[in-house]
Amino acid sequence: MNTTPARSRRRAGKAPLPAGSEWTAEAIERYNQEIARVAALYKLDIYPVQVEIITAEQMMDAYASVGMPVNYHHWSFGKHFLATEKGYKRGQMGLAYEIVINSNPCIAYLMEENTLTMQGLVIAHAAYGHNSFFKGNYLFRTWTNADAIIDYLIFARNYITECEERHGEEEVELLLDSCHALMNLGVDRYKRPPRLSLAKEKLRQQERAEYLQGQVNDLWRTLPAHDVRAGNRAEQRFPPEPEENLLYFIEKNAPLLEPWQREVVRIVRKIAQYFFPQRQTQVMNEGWATFWHYTLLNHLYDEGLLADSFMLEFLQSHTNVVAQPPYNSRWFSGINPYALGFAMWRDIRRICETPDDEDRRWFPEIAGSDWLETFDFAMRNFKDESFIAQYLSPKVMRDFRLFAVLDDDHADTLEVSAIHDDEGFRRLRAILSDQYNLGAREPNIQVWNVDLRGDRSLTLRHTAFRRRALGNTTDEVLRHVARLWGFTVRLERVDEDGKVAPVQEIRGETSRPRPPT
Amino acid sequence: MVRIIDRRFDSKNKSAVNRQRFMRRFKQQIRKAVSEAIHGRSIRDLDNGEEITIPARDLAEPSLQHGKGGVWEQVFPGNDQFTTGDHIKRPLGGGGAGSGNGKASNEGEHEDDFAFQLSREEFLDLFFEDLELPRMIRTQLARVTDYKTQRAGFKSDGTPANINIIRSMRGALGRRLALGSPYASRIREIQRELDEAVARCGEDSAEHEERMRALREELATLRARVDRIPFIDSFDLRYNNRIKVPRPTTQAVMFCVMDVSGSMDEERKSMAKRFFMLLYLFLTRSYEHIEVVFIRHHTVAKEVDEDEFFHSRESGGTVVSSALVLMRDILHERYANGQWNVYGAQASDGDNWDNDSPVCGKLLGNEILPWCQYFAYVEITASEPQNLWREYTKLEAAHDNFALQRIESPADIYPVFRELFKKTIA
Repeated sequence: MNTTPARSRRRAGKAPLPAGSEWTAEAIERYNQEIARVAALYKLDIYPVQVEIITAEQMMDAYASVGMPVNYHHWSFGKHFLATEKGYKRGQMGLAYEIVINSNPCIAYLMEENTLTMQGLVIAHAAYGHNSFFKGNYLFRTWTNADAIIDYLIFARNYITECEERHGEEEVELLLDSCHALMNLGVDRYKRPPRLSLAKEKLRQQERAEYLQGQVNDLWRTLPAHDVRAGNRAEQRFPPEPEENLLYFIEKNAPLLEPWQREVVRIVRKIAQYFFPQRQTQVMNEGWATFWHYTLLNHLYDEGLLADSFMLEFLQSHTNVVAQPPYNSRWFSGINPYALGFAMWRDIRRICETPDDEDRRWFPEIAGSDWLETFDFAMRNFKDESFIAQYLSPKVMRDFRLFAVLDDDHADTLEVSAIHDDEGFRRLRAILSDQYNLGAREPNIQVWNVDLRGDRSLTLRHTAFRRRALGNTTDEVLRHVARLWGFTVRLERVDEDGKVAPVQEIRGETSRPRPPT
Repeated sequence: MVRIIDRRFDSKNKSAVNRQRFMRRFKQQIRKAVSEAIHGRSIRDLDNGEEITIPARDLAEPSLQHGKGGVWEQVFPGNDQFTTGDHIKRPLGGGGAGSGNGKASNEGEHEDDFAFQLSREEFLDLFFEDLELPRMIRTQLARVTDYKTQRAGFKSDGTPANINIIRSMRGALGRRLALGSPYASRIREIQRELDEAVARCGEDSAEHEERMRALREELATLRARVDRIPFIDSFDLRYNNRIKVPRPTTQAVMFCVMDVSGSMDEERKSMAKRFFMLLYLFLTRSYEHIEVVFIRHHTVAKEVDEDEFFHSRESGGTVVSSALVLMRDILHERYANGQWNVYGAQASDGDNWDNDSPVCGKLLGNEILPWCQYFAYVEITASEPQNLWREYTKLEAAHDNFALQRIESPADIYPVFRELFKKTIA
C-alpha cells in the first residue's frame, strides 16, 4: 500500500479511540463522532446517520429481502434466505459486513459479530462514503427519493398483504412471479420519474385504479362509431412510439388486469426503478466509499487517534476488498468494482495533486486542480459508464494491465483488440465503458405494437446489438408477459441492418407459465 | 449526532413467512427429496432435520438476458502475454476467461442443485404426511421428550428462592467455629488465668492489678474479634440444585424382522423401512432407551446391523420360522430378565415355504407373543394372501397384542398401529 511517505503522526492532546476487538455502544459512538468530524473537514455532504446493530440472522433476513428493512412477502426471498443461510452456516461464505440503505436518515446495519475495527471501517465506508454518494449523485437524486422509500415499502407490503387476503396468496404470488420476470425491463431508462410519497401514493391509488380501468376500457371500446374512425388510420400503431418500460406499458394498457393487479405491477416497477441507479453506479459508488473509509481512517491515524493494531486489522481487510486477481487466476470473476473504483478515485486525486506530463495531456481540465472540488463534481454528475469514459487514466490501465478480447462468433479465434499501450488506451477505455453500459449489457426489448382491431396481440421487438441472441429463458419470460397481457404475445428480432424476423409467439389461451410441478 | 439502535432483540425470523412460502411452492420437489432422504437415513435418526436437495432448474427465476452468440468485446485485468492483434484459441466449453461472454453463466446453464436444511418439525411433518397419520398422533409423536426437574444435592450459587436454609446455616456455623477457634483457646486460657488469680488473691489484689488489667483488655479485644466474625456470609449460602432429567421411562427392545429373499425388491424394502421407522418413532415416545435388533432371513436367519439389513441383497427361498427361532433365542438370552418391553415388527411379501407356516404360527403364538408387548406384521403385496397370512390370522383372534395388515402404499401402514396408539397414548 503506497500511502504518503514519511507520515508525521501529530500526537494531539486528544485521547486515542478505544482499541481491542470487543465493541461497545460507547465505542461506536466515539468512532462515529471522530469520523464525522473528519468527514466534515473533507466537506462530505451526508444524510443524518442511523446505525443499527443486528445479528447475523437478521443480516440474512435483510439479504433475502434485497437489503431492504421491509418488503412484501414472496417465495423467492425465502429461497435467497435459505441459500444464504446454508452458505453461511457451512462457512463457505461470510456475510457482508454491512448493508446501507439509501434513505433519509441513512440506515447502516452493523453486524454484532464484527470486531470493533470492522465496525469503525463499516461506519466510515457506509455511513459516510455511501451516504454522501446517495445524497450527491445525480442518478440517486433524480430516480430515488430517500425521504419516502421506507414509507413506500411499508405501503407496498400492506397493500400486497391486503391483496393476498382478498384474492388469495396463490393469485398474488403468480402475479408477482410474472412481474419479477420482467423486473429489469420495468425501468425508465431515459425518462425522469415523478417523486414517490406515501401520502400521495395512498391518496391517489384508489383514484388511479378507477381512472385507469376506465382508460383501458376506452382503448378496447367496440362502439361502431369508433371502429369506423379507427379504420381510417389502419396503419397507425399503438403505442405510437415504442415503449421500453414493459411493466409500465402493461400497468397502463393490459386489457384484462384488475385494478389491484395494476397496482401490484406498479409496486414492482417502482421498486425496480429504485434499484436502477445502484446497478448503474457500482464501480463509482463502491470505489467512492472505499476511498473514503481509507482516507478518513488514515486521517484519524495520522492524528494519533487510532492504535497500530486497529490499522493492521483495517488494512488487512481493506486489502482483501480491493484485490484484483488476474484473468488467469482461479479466483478471477470479472473486474472487481471495489478495486477499479478505488484505484480510479485515488488516481483522480493524484492527477489533481501531483500531475505528470501524461496527465496534463490526458486531463488538462483537472490536472493540478483542487481535488476536493474535482471529486465533488465527478461524484455528482457521472455513472459508471460515463465515469470510466471520462476519468480512466492510462496509469490505471497500466496498473491493472488491462486488455480487451474480441469474441466474434463468425471468427475462428478470439482476438486481442487492445492492450495497455499508447495505441490501445482510448479503445480500451471505450470498451470498458461500454461494458458498464446497461443498455448494451441487457437486451434491448421494447413494446412495438398492439393489434387493436384484430386479436389484441402484443408485439415486442428485440433490437439485436452486435448480433447477440437472447438467452434460453426467453420463452419462459414471454409466457409471463402473456399472462399479464392476457392475449397472444409475439417477439420479433430486428437485426442491425434493419431486417425484422419473428422469433417466438406465445398464444394467449395456452400462455400459462410453467407451473412449479 | 448519530442514532444507534440496537435491533438485535427485534423480532427474529423476519423471513419465516417467505420460507414457508418457498416450502409450499416447492412441496412436490421437497416431498420427493424427503422420501429419498428416508431411504438413506437410519431408522433411529429421526430427531434431526434433513438437508434437502432439489433441482435448481425447477426454482429458477427467469429474466431476459443475452445468450451465447454475436459479438462480445470485454476487458480483462492482468495481461501477462498478449499484444494487440494476438489470436487466441477459443476455450472449449464456452466458459473461462477468454470466452468474452461473461453473461453466459447467468443463464442457469450450470444446474447446481439447490440444497437447504429442513428443520426437524418440517421433516417429520412431511414424513407423517406420507403415512397419513391422524393429526393428533402427529403432534404427539413430534413432541420433544418431556423433562422433569429433580433435586440433585446443593450448589453454591443460584436464585434466592432456592436457598437451603439448614445447609447455609450449618455452613455458617462451621465457618464461625473455624475462624473463632484460635481466639477461643486463647480466651479460655485467659479466663482460666484470671479465675486462678482471683481465687488465689481475691478480687482486688494490688500486686496482680497490672497483670489482671492487661488480661482483661486482651480478653475484651479477643471477644470483640470473635463478635466481628460475620454471623452469615455470602459464601455460606447453599442452594438446592435442581436438574432436568428426562421423564422416567423404561427400556424397550424392538425386533425388526424382514424377509430379504429375492422377491423383496427395493420398493418393498423402502416401504418396510417406513413401517419400522414409524414403530421406532412411536416407541421413542414411551421409552427412554430403545435397542433395536435387526433380523433378516431367507432360508436362514441372521442378526445384522442396520446398514446390512436394508442394503444387502440375497436371493433364494423363504423359511420364516428361521427368523422367529432366532428372535426367540435372542429374546430369551438377552431380554428375558423382565426389564425389557419387547416389540416386534415383521415385514414380508408373504411368501413362505408351505410346511413352514404352521410352525411359524406355533412359534409366534406360544413362544414369542407371550413375551411381547406388541407384535406387528405387515405383508407388502398386492396379490392374494398366502399361507403365512392365513396362519397369522388365526393368531390375531387369540392375542390382542398382535396386529397384521396387508399394505400396498405407505398410507396403509398406520392402521397396523392404530390399536397400539390407542392403548399407549391415551
